[in-house]
Amino acid sequence: MAFGQFLFGSKYRLRQARGTFGLGGTMAILYGQITTNKSVHIISSTGTSKVYEYRLMIDIQRNRPMILNRRIYRNEKVDGKYWHGTVIELHIEGDYNRAMSKILEYLKQTAIVNPYANIIFVDPKGRLYKFDRTTTKMPNPPRETLPHPHGVDVEMLQRIIRVSNCRNMLDFMTENFHRVGVQTARQFLKFAGIKESKNPKKLRSEEIVDLVQAMKRFDGFLPPDASCLSPLGEDLLREGIIKELEPEFVAVTQRKPSTYSGHPFIVEVAIAYGGKIPNKNDIVLYRFANKIPLMYDEYGDVSWRVLRSINWRRYRVTPEMPVAVFVHICSTKIPYKSVGKETVADIPEVQREILNGVREVARRLERYLSKQEKVKKEKRRLTIFSKYLPKIAEYSTKLAGKKKPPNIELLLRKARRFEVEGD
Amino acid sequence: MKEIRFSARRRRKEVLNRLERLGYKLYQQMERGEFPAIDMPSRSTDNIYYSPEYRQYVLGEKKVRRSAGNIRHLRPFTQLIWAAYFAHELTANQKTSTLRDVYYSAQAYGISFKDQPESNDIITDVETVIGFSREDFNIFPEESSAIFGDLTIEYTIPNYEGKRLNLTSHPDGVMIGPALTSAEFIETSADKVIAIEKGGLFTRFIEERVHEKFNALLVYLRGQAPRSTRYFIRRLNQELGLPVYIFSDADPWGMHIAMVIISGSANAAHLRELTTPDAKWSGVWASDIISYKLPSDKLTDLDIKRLHELKRDPRYKDKLWQREINIFMKIKRKCELEAFSRYGLTHIVDKYLPERLKQLED
Repeated sequence: MAFGQFLFGSKYRLRQARGTFGLGGTMAILYGQITTNKSVHIISSTGTSKVYEYRLMIDIQRNRPMILNRRIYRNEKVDGKYWHGTVIELHIEGDYNRAMSKILEYLKQTAIVNPYANIIFVDPKGRLYKFDRTTTKMPNPPRETLPHPHGVDVEMLQRIIRVSNCRNMLDFMTENFHRVGVQTARQFLKFAGIKESKNPKKLRSEEIVDLVQAMKRFDGFLPPDASCLSPLGEDLLREGIIKELEPEFVAVTQRKPSTYSGHPFIVEVAIAYGGKIPNKNDIVLYRFANKIPLMYDEYGDVSWRVLRSINWRRYRVTPEMPVAVFVHICSTKIPYKSVGKETVADIPEVQREILNGVREVARRLERYLSKQEKVKKEKRRLTIFSKYLPKIAEYSTKLAGKKKPPNIELLLRKARRFEVEGD
Repeated sequence: MKEIRFSARRRRKEVLNRLERLGYKLYQQMERGEFPAIDMPSRSTDNIYYSPEYRQYVLGEKKVRRSAGNIRHLRPFTQLIWAAYFAHELTANQKTSTLRDVYYSAQAYGISFKDQPESNDIITDVETVIGFSREDFNIFPEESSAIFGDLTIEYTIPNYEGKRLNLTSHPDGVMIGPALTSAEFIETSADKVIAIEKGGLFTRFIEERVHEKFNALLVYLRGQAPRSTRYFIRRLNQELGLPVYIFSDADPWGMHIAMVIISGSANAAHLRELTTPDAKWSGVWASDIISYKLPSDKLTDLDIKRLHELKRDPRYKDKLWQREINIFMKIKRKCELEAFSRYGLTHIVDKYLPERLKQLED
């Protein structure tokens, strides 16, 4: 029961997830309860023959759920399949008039990075908003992984020691950490000055601190792999952008996995032009972290800095053009600047990946725009030829005292051929 | 280039002929499946030279090519060929027009000019291509000067064709407009032409019967003389063999009014037969300010700057011009034609004019 109690968090395992600590759901219930004093209603089934229904509140003093009502009933098959999913009903007090635009924007951006989701929203004024899925494909779910030594802190190391059954440090290193083999473990323990045979449970508190320090300093560890990450993928990101913004052009790129301080991350970047992209007299920036839109404090974000650092004119982008840039960072640990979790910090590794990604898609936009320009120019050129050549023919004929004007079809065809050659 | 002396009718025919040949050439090029192109002398300043032989500015060897195959040339090319057509219509039908008129007329033909300078420039192109000035294809400037004296002309324009007129018949003089410019000369008793910058003095000369006393045709230049007037003065000089005397204010600007009649301007380097190389600048000279004790004003900085320009100008290399420029610079004074009135209204006619004419004839 993850909803009724504040634990250390529901997030013990190392893999990409929407939240950071696993407290979000409980917080929402708590907020609803303290503003409206109403219970939360939960219906859930994992696709078995049973459906569970709860009505509960949180006993705040004792930090425990109070189950007001519990019901278990038979799951009815539809089309030969049991229903599975979770329904949560809760009441929250809020100023909808003020929050409306942000909420709608949040849902829209959520739809962009979750194009396989149907989102239906009936707002307090009774209006229905629908964000329909346009694909049933989903990204591969993240695989759970062991922590990478570079990303381990003292608290985490103590926990690992507590639950580990290993009797010596060599086994401890190889079995509990990501991409540490015997060879690497030996080299590291030598580097850290710890005997291979030492029992990890016997490590003193200051030795644990030293060990964490050594883990951070040692550069012989292999970089983490990205199997624990679940990026959207280029196709889905493109799908989401097209579905919500209907741009004239879109380019998407997924960067290769990278790491900062032992945390793997993948950056996905897209650029879109035209369609429903708002014309703000500046590039519109959409930021996402682990498929969640980041709505606030845009100017503090690393992505915003990256956009500022680029000379957009080189890519034929001018402020009055409807251009949007999308940056999606997925990681086992998003480097947020603060607990508000709205801005990503200027981590050099992350910044570099974003910059390279933006450059890549901007180049593709540049190619598209210059081709458009060329097509337009060619059209204009031909229009000019077909506007003036007949007049030249007409007045030459009159001046020469001829009856029949010369045949200029050949010249018009020639003019067209010039364009192709000039391309 | 051999001196060609066209009478008005022959000249008109030649203009029509050249315009038609232009149309024919372009027509042929298009028939052959080529983009039509026109070559003409470049009018850029680096292609304008002073020719001691012609005693005027001429264009050098440099040519420019306007081709309908070049996207940037298409619009001016079309404007040019339309303007040539329009000029032909005017000349063939003996209708006259003005630069302003051309600018507006173009719209009726679906030809657009972004402004008046653009259409003026195209007319100059037509001049350059066919080698005749726009007055020859009946596009006249707004301003016009006048003539008075014993010269009988015969009109060639419709409705007046064959009619004759003696140019003493109107006491204000006769306007040198399209009808007069295209008229043929029949006879004259005059033995010289006196051209005057200012209208007041022109009227005074008529009142004082200068035309009789000095046996002269009087021409009112109206400041810087229009090209039709310059061409008309040339005809008086060449066809009737009359010497030409020019009187203007005693300052660098007055000098230049005389010089443009004599040697033309750089702007008209693409045209011939607008100049009268044998015409004489007859006054008022800087030295006259001294010798006739004329009331005078101080030269301005602009006047002095202009004098320095003229001193270097190849048209001004003759002794008389250089001498007078030096005197201007020395005394730093200028005066107007009217300055003679200080000694009585007729002083200029009674004393100055006979003395100067005698001096120049000797």
